[in-house]
Amino acid sequence: MTAYGKKLAIFLAASVALFAVLSALMFQGLIDAYLQRILMTICINVILALSTNLIINFTGQLTLGHSAFMAIGAYAAAAIFKVGVPFFLSIVLGSIVAAIFGFLIGLPTLRLKGDYLAITTMGFCQIIVVLIQNISQLGGAQGMTGIPGKTNFAWVFFSMIFTILILSHVVKSRQGRAMISVREDEIAAEAMGINTTRYKVMAFTLGAFFAGLAGGLYAFLMMFIEPTSFNYFKSIDLVIYVVLGGSGNFAGCIASTTILTILPEALRPLNDYRMVIYPLLLIVIMILRVKNIRIPWLSDFFSRFRKGGDKNAAA
Amino acid sequence: MTLVEFLQQLINGLSLGSVYALIALGYTMVYGIIGLINFAHCDIYMVGAYIGFFVSTDLHLPFVPTLIVAMLGSAIAGVLVERFAYKPLLRKASSISLLITAMGVSLLLENGFNAVFGGSPRSYPHNILTQKSISLGPVRTDSLHLIILLTSVVLMVLLQIVIYKTKIGKAMRATSADKDAAALMGINVNATISATFAIGSALAGAAGVLVGILYNSIDPYMGIQPGIKAFTAAVFGGIGMIPGAFLGGLILGVIETFVTAWYSPLSGAIGFIVLIVILIIKPSGLLGKKVSEKV
Amino acid sequence: MPLLDIDRISIRFGGLTAVSEFSMSMEKNDICGLIGPNGAGKTTVFNMLTGVYRPNSGTIRFDGESIAGLKPYDITGKRISRTFQNIRLMKNLTVLENVKISFVYQTKCSLASSILRLPSYFREEEEVERQSMELLKVFHLDGKKDELATNLPYGEQRRLEIARALATKPKLLLLDEPAAGMNPQETQELAELIRWIRKEFDIAILLIEHDMRLVMSVCENIIVLDYGKIIAEGEPEKIRNDPKVIEAYLGEEAAHA
Repeated sequence: MTAYGKKLAIFLAASVALFAVLSALMFQGLIDAYLQRILMTICINVILALSTNLIINFTGQLTLGHSAFMAIGAYAAAAIFKVGVPFFLSIVLGSIVAAIFGFLIGLPTLRLKGDYLAITTMGFCQIIVVLIQNISQLGGAQGMTGIPGKTNFAWVFFSMIFTILILSHVVKSRQGRAMISVREDEIAAEAMGINTTRYKVMAFTLGAFFAGLAGGLYAFLMMFIEPTSFNYFKSIDLVIYVVLGGSGNFAGCIASTTILTILPEALRPLNDYRMVIYPLLLIVIMILRVKNIRIPWLSDFFSRFRKGGDKNAAA
Repeated sequence: MTLVEFLQQLINGLSLGSVYALIALGYTMVYGIIGLINFAHCDIYMVGAYIGFFVSTDLHLPFVPTLIVAMLGSAIAGVLVERFAYKPLLRKASSISLLITAMGVSLLLENGFNAVFGGSPRSYPHNILTQKSISLGPVRTDSLHLIILLTSVVLMVLLQIVIYKTKIGKAMRATSADKDAAALMGINVNATISATFAIGSALAGAAGVLVGILYNSIDPYMGIQPGIKAFTAAVFGGIGMIPGAFLGGLILGVIETFVTAWYSPLSGAIGFIVLIVILIIKPSGLLGKKVSEKV
Repeated sequence: MPLLDIDRISIRFGGLTAVSEFSMSMEKNDICGLIGPNGAGKTTVFNMLTGVYRPNSGTIRFDGESIAGLKPYDITGKRISRTFQNIRLMKNLTVLENVKISFVYQTKCSLASSILRLPSYFREEEEVERQSMELLKVFHLDGKKDELATNLPYGEQRRLEIARALATKPKLLLLDEPAAGMNPQETQELAELIRWIRKEFDIAILLIEHDMRLVMSVCENIIVLDYGKIIAEGEPEKIRNDPKVIEAYLGEEAAHA
C-alpha cells in the first residue's frame, strides 16, 4: 500500500469510528436532541469554514461575502426540491448553482485586491440578500417555509468528511500550489508562468460550491430559511473561524470552528450579553496573538490537534 | 418628474449626501493615515446619536450644545477604540488582523448598546429643532433638510481649515504621506493618529445627531446602512482623499434619493451596487491616483 | 534570426519617458549585460520584456513571435524567465515548494484528476519532485529542501531564485542584479555559475548588474543605459574606455580629466 493509500485508509477508518461512537451515544440518548443539533451545526460550519479557508488562507483573497453562496445553495436546493427533485440531487444541484454564481461573481471582482476585494464581496453578499428579499416566489423577506427536515446527522457528518477529503486533495496538487503561490506573491507567481486570475477564480468557485453544499444542508436542517440569516454578519463569522484557525491548516480551522460554534451556545444564559462577550473575546485574542501571549489551554489544544491532524489527514 | 419635483428631490438628496459625506470623511482620514477600513466608524456615528439623545432628553440642551457635546463624546469614543483596540496591533499585525479587530469593535459597540440600552428605537425630543416648511419660489422644502445641509457644510469647511491651516493638520498630512519620515521630522505620530480618529469620530457623531433628529429614531444598529453608504462614498471619491469623500457623499446621496423615488426596494442595495460598479470600472475612485506595486 | 529582437521600445509614466527607443538583439547563447546608473531604466526594460509593463511603442520579438503586451505568465510560457532585484521568493514555503511552483504551468493534470487522485496525478507529482530535486542539487540546495525560503542566508536566496527561474525551462534568463549584497568571494562564484548555466542549459542570459567586475568578466556584449537612452553598446573593453560611460557614472569632470 502506498503512503497515500495508508493515510487515506486511516482517515476514513477514524471518521467512520467517530461517526459510530457519536451515533451510538445519540441512540443511547446520552447526546440529546439539543446537543445533536449543535453537533450538526458544527459539521455545517466546518464545511463553510473549510471552503472559506481555501479562499482566505490558501489563496490569500479576503472575502467578506462568502455567506452569499450559502444563501444561494440553500435557496436553490430548497426551490429545486419543491419542483419534485429528490433530496440528494437537490443539494448537489444547489451547490452547482452556488458554484456558478461564485464563478460569475469571482471573475470581475477578483481583479481587486485586499480591502477593496473585501468590501466588494461584502457588497455582492448584501445585494444577493436584497435580491432574495424581493423575489416573492422564494418567500421574500418573510423567508421560505415548508422545507422538510431531510438533513440528519449522517448527511452532515459525511458531507463534512467529503469536504475535508476533496479540499485537502486540492491544496496538495498543482492547482493548490498555484493558489498558495498567489497568496505568497502574485507578481512572482505570474513570472513563474501562473495565470493568477484563473486560480483565484478556481478557488472562489470551489469555495462557493462547498458553501452551497453547507447552505443546502442547512435549509433541510432548519426547515425554514430567511435572507437575513445569510447577510454579511454570517460572512464575518466565517472569516473569524478561519483567521483564528491559523493560516492554511485544516485541523486548526476545524478546532476553532468547533469552539466558536459551541461558545455562543455555552454563553446562552447571559442573554444579550453573550453577543458582547463574543466580539470582546475576538479583540482580546487578536491583541494577545500580536503580543505573542498564548492562552495556555487553547494553544495546547491547538497544537495537540494539529499533530493529530497531521497523522490523520489524508493529505 | 417635473422640474420642481426634481429640485425638491435634489435638495433632499444633497442633505442626505451631506450626512454621508460627514461619515465618509472619517473613513477616508483613517484609511489615509493607517490604511485600515475602520469598520467601527459607523458605530461611532451611532454612539454620537445616543449621546445627543441623552443630553437633549435628560439635560434638555438645545440643538447646538447637543451637537457639540455629542461630537466631543464621539471623539473620546473614537480615540478609546483606537488606543485600546487598534494601537496594540498597528505595524505588528497583518492588515487582515487589524480589519478583523475592527469588525470585533463594531460588533462590540452594536451588541453592547443593544444589551445596555435595549434594541427598541428611541426618538429625540420634538422641540429640539422645529420643522417648518420653507418655500424657495415654487420649490418647497423643510427647515430640517436645510439645517442639516448647512451644518454639514460648516463642519466640512472647519475640517478644511484644520487640515490645511493648522499645525495638527500639517502633522496629519505628513503622517499619512510617510509615517517614518514624519517621525524623523519630530512629529508625534501616535498623537497624530489619535487626533485623526478624534476628528473623524466627531464628524460622525455630528452626523448621528443630525440623522437622529431628521428620522426621529435611533437604535443600536442604525449605523450599518449609512456606514456602508458612507464607505462607498469614500471609495467613490478616491479613498484617502478628503475632497473626494465630500464629493462622493453628495453624489451618492443624490443617486440614492432619485433611485429610491423611482424603485424603492433597491434602497438597501443601492450603495453596494454603486460601489461595485465604481470598483470594477475605476478602482481608484473619482479623485484617487492609481498606485501599482513596484517590481 | 536572432533569439531576442527588441526594436525601439519606449514607455512613459505620466510625463516621464522612462525608456526611449531602446533596441537590442541577442543570439541563442549570448550573455549580455545591461548597466547604467540608478534610475536609468534598466529594470523597466526587464519589466517590459516580461509583460509587467506594456511598451507605448516599439516591438519585441522573441523566437520569431511578437511578445510585447502579453501577460507575464504567457511570456514565461514563451520561455523567458526572470529573477527580481528585491528577491521575490515565496517566503513561507519551503525551498522545494518554491521550485515546484515553476512546474505548475508545465504540467497538465486537471482539477478533476487532482481531486480524484488519478494515476496521472501521481505520475506528474513524482516527475515534478524528481526534476525539482535535480535542480536543487545543481545549486547545492538539496540539503535544505525542507527549509523555509525566508530562513536561507542571502546568497542562497539569490541562488534559489535562479533555480526557480531555470525550472520554468527558459531559453532566455533575465537576472536583475544577481550579485547585489554578495561579498567578492560569492560574486566570483556567481560569475562561474552564470557561465556554467549558459553552457549546461544552453540558454541566453541578460543581466542587470552594478558590480562592474562581474559584468566585465561574464558578458560578451554590454549595453549602457542613462536617462532611459542607450549611450553605448559593445564589448567590455570598448565600454570600459567610452568617455560617455565614464561621464554617466562619474560625472562630466571625471570624463574630461
